[in-house]
Amino acid sequence: MSETATPSQTKTGNRSSLAQELLVPVLAVVTGLIIGAIVIVASGANVFDAYGALFTGSFGSPIRLIEGLQVYFSTGETKELLRAIYPFTESLVTATPYIFAGLSVALGFRAGLFNIGAEGQFFIGALCSAFVGYSVKGLPMIIHLPLAILAGALGGALWGMIPGYLKAKFGAHEVVNTIMMNWIAFRLSDWLLNGPMKASGFRPVTPNVLPTAELPRFFDDPLRFNLGFFLALLVAYLVYWFLFKTTTGFEIRSVGANPDAAKYAGMSIVKNLVLVMALAGGLAGMAGSAQVLGVDHWVGQGFSAGYGFDAIALALLGKSHPFGVVLSALLFGFLRSGATNMQSRAGIPIDIISIIQGLVIVFIAAPAIIRWFYRIRSIKTEETVLTRGWGK
Amino acid sequence: MTNVLELRGITKRFPGVIANENVDVTLREGKILALLGENGAGKTTLMNILYGLYKPDEGHIAVRGKQVEIHGPNDAIAQGIGMVHQHFMLVPVMTVTENVMLGIEPTKNGIILDKEKVAQRIREISDQYGLEVDPHAYIKDLPVGIQQRVEIIKVLYRQADILILDEPTAVLTPQEVEGLFKIIDTLIKSGKSIIFITHKLKEVLAVADDITVLRLGKVVGSIDPKEATSQKLASMMVGRDVSLVVEKGKAKPGEPVLVVDGLAVRDERQNLTVRGVSFEVRKGEVLGVAGVQGNGQTELVYALTGLLPIEGGTIRLLNEPIRHTSPREILERGVAHIPEDRQRHGLILTFPIHDNMMLCTYYKNPFARGITLQEKPIFNNAEELVKQFDVRTPNIYVNAGTLSGGNQQKVIVAREFSRPIELLIASQPTRGLDVGSIEYIHKQIIKKRDEGSGVLVVSSELDEILALSDRIAVMYKGQIMDIVDANKTSKEQLGLLMAGVHPTDAKNTK
Amino acid sequence: MTTTTMELSTSAEKRKRISYGMTLLVAGLLIYLLFGLTTQAGVSTTFGLNLAGSQAIEVSDLVVPAQLTVNLMAAIAAFAGAYQLAKGIRSTGWLIGILAVTFVIAFLTWAAQDKSFNLTGMLGSSLVRATPIALAALCGVISERSAVINIGIEGIMLMSAQTAVVTATVSGNLYVGLIAAILVGALVAAFHAYLVIRFKVDQVVSGVAINIFGTGFTSFISSRFLQKATDALNNSGTFPIISIPGLSKIPILGPVLFENNIVIYLMILLVVVMHIMLFYTPWGLRTRAVGEHPKAADTLGINVYLVRYVNVILGGMIAGLGGAYFTIGSVGRFDEIMTAGKGFIGLAAMIFGKWNPIGAFTSSLIFGFADSLQVKLQILRVPIPSEFLLMAPYIVTMIILTGVVGRAIPPAADGQPYEK
Repeated sequence: MSETATPSQTKTGNRSSLAQELLVPVLAVVTGLIIGAIVIVASGANVFDAYGALFTGSFGSPIRLIEGLQVYFSTGETKELLRAIYPFTESLVTATPYIFAGLSVALGFRAGLFNIGAEGQFFIGALCSAFVGYSVKGLPMIIHLPLAILAGALGGALWGMIPGYLKAKFGAHEVVNTIMMNWIAFRLSDWLLNGPMKASGFRPVTPNVLPTAELPRFFDDPLRFNLGFFLALLVAYLVYWFLFKTTTGFEIRSVGANPDAAKYAGMSIVKNLVLVMALAGGLAGMAGSAQVLGVDHWVGQGFSAGYGFDAIALALLGKSHPFGVVLSALLFGFLRSGATNMQSRAGIPIDIISIIQGLVIVFIAAPAIIRWFYRIRSIKTEETVLTRGWGK
Repeated sequence: MTNVLELRGITKRFPGVIANENVDVTLREGKILALLGENGAGKTTLMNILYGLYKPDEGHIAVRGKQVEIHGPNDAIAQGIGMVHQHFMLVPVMTVTENVMLGIEPTKNGIILDKEKVAQRIREISDQYGLEVDPHAYIKDLPVGIQQRVEIIKVLYRQADILILDEPTAVLTPQEVEGLFKIIDTLIKSGKSIIFITHKLKEVLAVADDITVLRLGKVVGSIDPKEATSQKLASMMVGRDVSLVVEKGKAKPGEPVLVVDGLAVRDERQNLTVRGVSFEVRKGEVLGVAGVQGNGQTELVYALTGLLPIEGGTIRLLNEPIRHTSPREILERGVAHIPEDRQRHGLILTFPIHDNMMLCTYYKNPFARGITLQEKPIFNNAEELVKQFDVRTPNIYVNAGTLSGGNQQKVIVAREFSRPIELLIASQPTRGLDVGSIEYIHKQIIKKRDEGSGVLVVSSELDEILALSDRIAVMYKGQIMDIVDANKTSKEQLGLLMAGVHPTDAKNTK
Repeated sequence: MTTTTMELSTSAEKRKRISYGMTLLVAGLLIYLLFGLTTQAGVSTTFGLNLAGSQAIEVSDLVVPAQLTVNLMAAIAAFAGAYQLAKGIRSTGWLIGILAVTFVIAFLTWAAQDKSFNLTGMLGSSLVRATPIALAALCGVISERSAVINIGIEGIMLMSAQTAVVTATVSGNLYVGLIAAILVGALVAAFHAYLVIRFKVDQVVSGVAINIFGTGFTSFISSRFLQKATDALNNSGTFPIISIPGLSKIPILGPVLFENNIVIYLMILLVVVMHIMLFYTPWGLRTRAVGEHPKAADTLGINVYLVRYVNVILGGMIAGLGGAYFTIGSVGRFDEIMTAGKGFIGLAAMIFGKWNPIGAFTSSLIFGFADSLQVKLQILRVPIPSEFLLMAPYIVTMIILTGVVGRAIPPAADGQPYEK
């Protein structure tokens, strides 16, 4: 894996190599969108309508923005302006859980682990946060909100730690186990939402969290842009610092790059694998927290909505680097947010995004396809070893 | 006499290196050609070209005077060329018969494998050439010497009359080598021609009819074995005069550093591979552990360095017991470890050199303060060690994987020698290295001994053991057969021990 | 020195013996505490052995006294444990077998006390539910024997399931649907093979991409087309039950084994054929060699890549058949994400079955049994929330993967790309 943060890059690498690094991911996304367009056309829809709706749904309409600004400067009225920036802020809102979840998977990759369980960890995190959010009463926000986030992180951490422990201790493959944990999480949530955590009323959803546990929003309704986004950026920086500037981060990267050498060097494989999976689970749990505390304020069935799987694509696209993950999370945030608009305006099911994601993963994992497609000369790059058979 | 095989002007380039340059090789019918060269001289590449595994960039191959194109092993086999690979190409979980028949499987009624027919043929070949083996045994249960026979049978089953033996003696005891030479003799008598690839001078002089020496991918020359001497061959192979012995003074053994008593270890597959081993290593001496590979040496070293748990017995390091002790704690007590497999254990190839230089000490001052890594001391340390140990690298920021084998080994030696050590454990310290690197690493090991460290050298190269050791322990099937004084032993004695025969027993039975 | 060796091996044996013995003793105690004490005295449990509508000759149902049976099971487990502690039976398989059988019988007797429980129906539905798992597992076996991990089985099955139902509905012929499903399986697997062999893409990553793509693609098609035109596109009917003349008349066995639809028969046939192919034919020998030591195969002139392509594609066809089971073999319509992790459970069955076709099939039956058990228990109104029963197969999978019930060793080269 490329160590973009170590001086190896800053000293020997230069701008052209950074461009090389970015070239394949960008082309992979572009190619994914092109094939997505082909699918849309094949399904009998107008691709321009569809992608137009995708664009305005993610960035907002430029005309509206100009009008909003005009109104604001002439009258001081913000309503039009807020409506104009609504799609953009919604995209950032959508990107927030992606950042957390992407970091979760990326951290796993760094340690040589493939965390497909972000989905379940996300759900459990959301449920834990929601529980603390609605059941603990009478606390001031300064305590209640961090407590609710912590609960989500811990719930996710527990969910990640179990497969981490099974991997470290028994060599049980984390890919299968995290997927099993996903299904267990879904079934558990079915039970919780229909039983112990069910709000009064007909639907299987939790009660709303108390206002003291909500992530504060910056604008009035319907804008949902909230503190969660900046929290995500902060956490991304912390993950970066942790991975590249601390001894434990060095251990984790060593265990990921060559577990035998790590063991030889006196590092504990078991400790690091369990730690990484707990941290990864915690990050995915925080994604759930951010979504429930910042956006929805309650949890219902199907809450995780594929975030965990999207996170895999994000981590690969971001080359498992925290900053890369932030960039790709923003991209996916815009895509998803726009796709909702595309679904309602152009009748294109939102699942098209999953198709594009699957393709992006393929192209990122097989850069040779992209190079061949665009006739880019092959550059000698490090082979990335992500997984190792069935463990051991 | 006809030339059964001619290679003319073979050139093969890999990105960044020329593995073979305009190489000419001639094999006479019914003769043994020794292809001599040190590690990395291009012998194996050349033979892989001949066997169709690589495609040459230039040059051509002629078999029995006819120019041929060899695009893959199938073509080679069709031309009567068979290869016994250095790393045996046998599937461990399959039987001898299955391994032999693989690729040309006879069937009953066109569907079901006819194993008995092949087993019968194996027995015939065994009888004809003295290659005794049980056709229904599983490869994983056979000792390496027998596995090599299976490799030869595989080639003969395909009716090859040109045999390539790639470093066939590397894994054998001296007595097994004798056995192999007898087999080679039988093969020649029945009309086969053989290319014998090696870097061992004495073997060349013992068996070859012709000698061709390769260096840095080029043919240095061909020589008649009657006119050749070890010294002459060595200087042809290396390109300069080399001292064939390590210069070292007399050892001054002091206190015991390491005391091992009745040690038993299970390998990763839970097989008991070390079965009650006892020895001690003193300050200022080198204890060599000889033995054919796979007799428990690897697991012994793993147990000493904490990579495998101890099943029974005791290990005492500086009078402190080691039991459930982590690799880290063992390192901190002053053990340096040059691991057997440098790419598996010794280095993280995708990490830059500077990170590899502090792989075992990253958590300590000055590399870390609290939990944060300190870049400046890390870089300074790497710069110094690269200079001190003469690691050939553009800078300390490139990944360890980009270095040559010799320089990778130097990185490990530099790292391990850079901290105060009481005990040095060096496992196969020069495997696959060129002569220059071997000399350098041997000197460094002796230097550590003279500075007063205890040294344990594990090697399957008997020459290396003899060159470095003050005392020699021979391992066989997980046990130590005997510990002998290096000055009072002979290759023959060690060879018998390596084969599990105690020389005194051997005499008694005679 | 030899004495040390012997002592060491006996100490390890001893530890193993004690741990197995204790487990069985504890199991016996648990059976007694959990089920024995909560079973009413004097009631009996009826195990139905006949299936309504079956051609099998009727036999009388099995009626057992509930409490006695449960306590008997507790006693057997405990006795086996005690015997193991004292003497040592050593056969791990037998011990696990006793443990599983006593526990399951006790549990069923307890759950169905004072009621009737159709055992034949249960066994039959176990086989039915095991079918997609077994097909996924066979797909895994055939590709991984040649050292290619295919974790995208789930995605392949989804796409095949959808293709099957749509082509069958449109053409009005279920067999067209079946063939289309198998072809789609082959196509997607070929793509996987191409990525991992030609481009050396990480095999797990490629599989995950196939899963994400498969899920997205089928859901896309489903919500864009199928939901709007169910009758025209997504209503195929299912394969009829074929009764094997004669054999289906056998009590219990008949309805379980010989009154099934074509997909289930094909699955059983595949298990047998694949076993013979893998261990007794040149193709199998080459496949195993490529999976264990590709370089050795290569030096003998075997085309490693070709073997892998063929096996992965054959595996894809089997997964395609598994996909077809979900729609035209079972419910006759496609629902989004209807495979519900069966592909992954199949991989667990493959591992538990030690990469052998028959082992994989047997493990699939265990999963199928667990799966159909939870349905039956819901009907019996056992006081355990159904969600927890639904978790059972996933938890069983995780336990199997830990290897506490026997370590499985994959083919040596599994998951590694081959470089010439």
